Amino acid sequence: MVLKIFFPQCCNKADSGLLVGHWLPGQDSAVVLAVIHYPFIPGQVKQYIHQVGCVGVGWKNEEAGGEGKTKEEKTGEEGDKVIFVHYEQRKVMLSQLHPTDPPVPLTQSTSELRQVFGTVSQSESLFFLDKYDDSPVKLTHWQSEGREGSIIVELMKQASTPVCLLTAWILVVCSLSVSVSRILNVFPLRFISSKLCSCVQLSYRTEHLQTVSSPTRATSHTDYMRKANIFMSFLLDVTLGLLLIYWLYRENRVGQLANALLPAADRVAKELEELLQWLMGAPAGLKMNRALDQVLGRFFLYHIHLWISYIHLMSPFIEMILWYVGLSACLGLTFALSLLSDIIALLTFHIYCFYVYGARLYCLKVYGLTSLWRLFRGRKWNVLRQRVDSCSYDMDQLFIGTLLFTILLFLLPTTALYYLVFTLLRMVVVMVQGVLQLTVDFINSFPLFALGLRVFRSYTLAEGVKFSVLCEEPGTPLHLMMDINPLKFSSVVQTYRTATYSCYPKDSWLALCKKLFLGELIYPWRHKTTKID
Amino acid sequence: MQNGEHFGMEDETYTDIDGKAISLECQSHSGFCREFTVSSAKVSISRVMVYTCAVWMTAYIIFFFTENTAVLSSAIIITLVGMMIHIHFVKVDHETLLVIGSLGVQVSSSYASGRESTDFIEMDKIKDIVINEAIHMQRVIYYLCILLKDPSDPSGVSSVVPLFQSSKPRLNCLVKVYRSCQEILAKC
Repeated sequence: MVLKIFFPQCCNKADSGLLVGHWLPGQDSAVVLAVIHYPFIPGQVKQYIHQVGCVGVGWKNEEAGGEGKTKEEKTGEEGDKVIFVHYEQRKVMLSQLHPTDPPVPLTQSTSELRQVFGTVSQSESLFFLDKYDDSPVKLTHWQSEGREGSIIVELMKQASTPVCLLTAWILVVCSLSVSVSRILNVFPLRFISSKLCSCVQLSYRTEHLQTVSSPTRATSHTDYMRKANIFMSFLLDVTLGLLLIYWLYRENRVGQLANALLPAADRVAKELEELLQWLMGAPAGLKMNRALDQVLGRFFLYHIHLWISYIHLMSPFIEMILWYVGLSACLGLTFALSLLSDIIALLTFHIYCFYVYGARLYCLKVYGLTSLWRLFRGRKWNVLRQRVDSCSYDMDQLFIGTLLFTILLFLLPTTALYYLVFTLLRMVVVMVQGVLQLTVDFINSFPLFALGLRVFRSYTLAEGVKFSVLCEEPGTPLHLMMDINPLKFSSVVQTYRTATYSCYPKDSWLALCKKLFLGELIYPWRHKTTKID
Repeated sequence: MQNGEHFGMEDETYTDIDGKAISLECQSHSGFCREFTVSSAKVSISRVMVYTCAVWMTAYIIFFFTENTAVLSSAIIITLVGMMIHIHFVKVDHETLLVIGSLGVQVSSSYASGRESTDFIEMDKIKDIVINEAIHMQRVIYYLCILLKDPSDPSGVSSVVPLFQSSKPRLNCLVKVYRSCQEILAKC
């Protein structure tokens, strides 16, 4: 059997002493954690080792010219082979092997590497003593030169508790006030707030802040990474929002924007009016039914007129509204973008209304046509059995049915054309809103902390290990160097993405086309109610 | 076999499935640790020059008709970026297989720009290393692969990891590597 010894690199140049470590039974390997130096009292050392929970093996590490030669006496057989795997203790201690399964006690069935990593990371209590401590036991390990730490990290740890408590208290106060105002009128407010993207985004961010500001420490690695990612994404959001505010308010751009908004809305209305006049004439050479055309065209023209009057009524207040709305970007760029998406939805509300009218009309027509087509052929839809049955109609039923069928059929091109035009317009608005929502989603879910960790401290996120052969001479055991193989960037993003409300279109292209053909209303960017990774 | 013994190119020259010459290097570090390196042909300067000239001639012709200097600068940028992407992500210089008895098998590809991508498979997960046949385009080729154990089914195979995918050596080279690997796997 081949014996594998995992030896820390920091102990290569240590003075002679006793090797302390763990034995992995199922794998025929031993993980050396530290070296206890001479002189020591065996009784005290035994007590210390039992306290820490390791196994001490009676091997001697003799320093001979800078190269540690180890004599093994455990197995007396000559033909046994030994592999020395050198590992850097600090990196293995701080790294996390992926895929991170829920922490289970290390049994024989877990893989060897996972056991090695687990053993080193669980032996923190062994590494508390360094060479400056006045204790009877003198150890060499990765922290024996002095326990390392960073002042900034320690200060932040001290400051984090009161800040967390303060944030949690503020959030509780805010949510209480919101819920109090909500008691006043329950139904309309909740419906509106579920439709508006900015309210959804606000609630989402509040949830995030609650996760981050919880006073309990994160126990597992995934919890810690999630908290850190949420915190970093929130910081990035607020920074980008502040940059946006700086850019907007510098040269009175808000005023310029407000002044440009009214002519833009006027122009959109004028374009729509021209479009409707075109439809009321002979669009693309098609001959429309004059009466229906005039009715529909005039109906929509009146709507546009109402809308333009409303915009003109609002025009003195637009600059002030925009000014305050721009200030809200300090809550984050995502909030500003979702507000923009909501403003676009409100400004193009008339297009949405036209789409709904056209779609409903078209849908009614299509259903009427299918039903009367069945009558034309002498069939009927059986609601009880959900199938088409044959049916004998009376003469007058057949007569009126055929008449209505003919009328609907000849009116179909007109309605279909209006429906097509307004659906296309609605699709354009939906595309714009969708792009904004995708950006918001991206900023929300991007794991900035995990990527920063991968770039600057790539050993903390380990996908595996890689071995390289150190110098070999005939007669000596094999020496290998174990390095950490960092996780690929794509795996980092995939593993640590924050769960978001998915905003992807839920219908496939075929289902979408079918709905369009039948005239059903389409809401492709529906927010899901549960979180999806 | 002594430790550290080094076999370079032997009398038998190896080729890949397209007929280009490759080289195999076997290094035995210990009785149960062996390393096999298959090196493919390097980037040939004539191909680089042909592609560059073709792209620049096209750019010059387009410039002659449109009189827009952006065409020339974009051609230069495209050539440079394309070459960098090719040597960093596409062109494999050599592939290495390191077999360490009772520890595992390490597969690594080294690209022309020096980037190395490594994968280590533990011995517990390996069922066997075999030579398998596959249908590739219009012919049948042999390739060396590692069979991984299925955790739920002890006698089944969960997945197959093919080795030497970029260099694609032929059967004589594969048989040599296979025999060496089987010696180590049989020992432990």
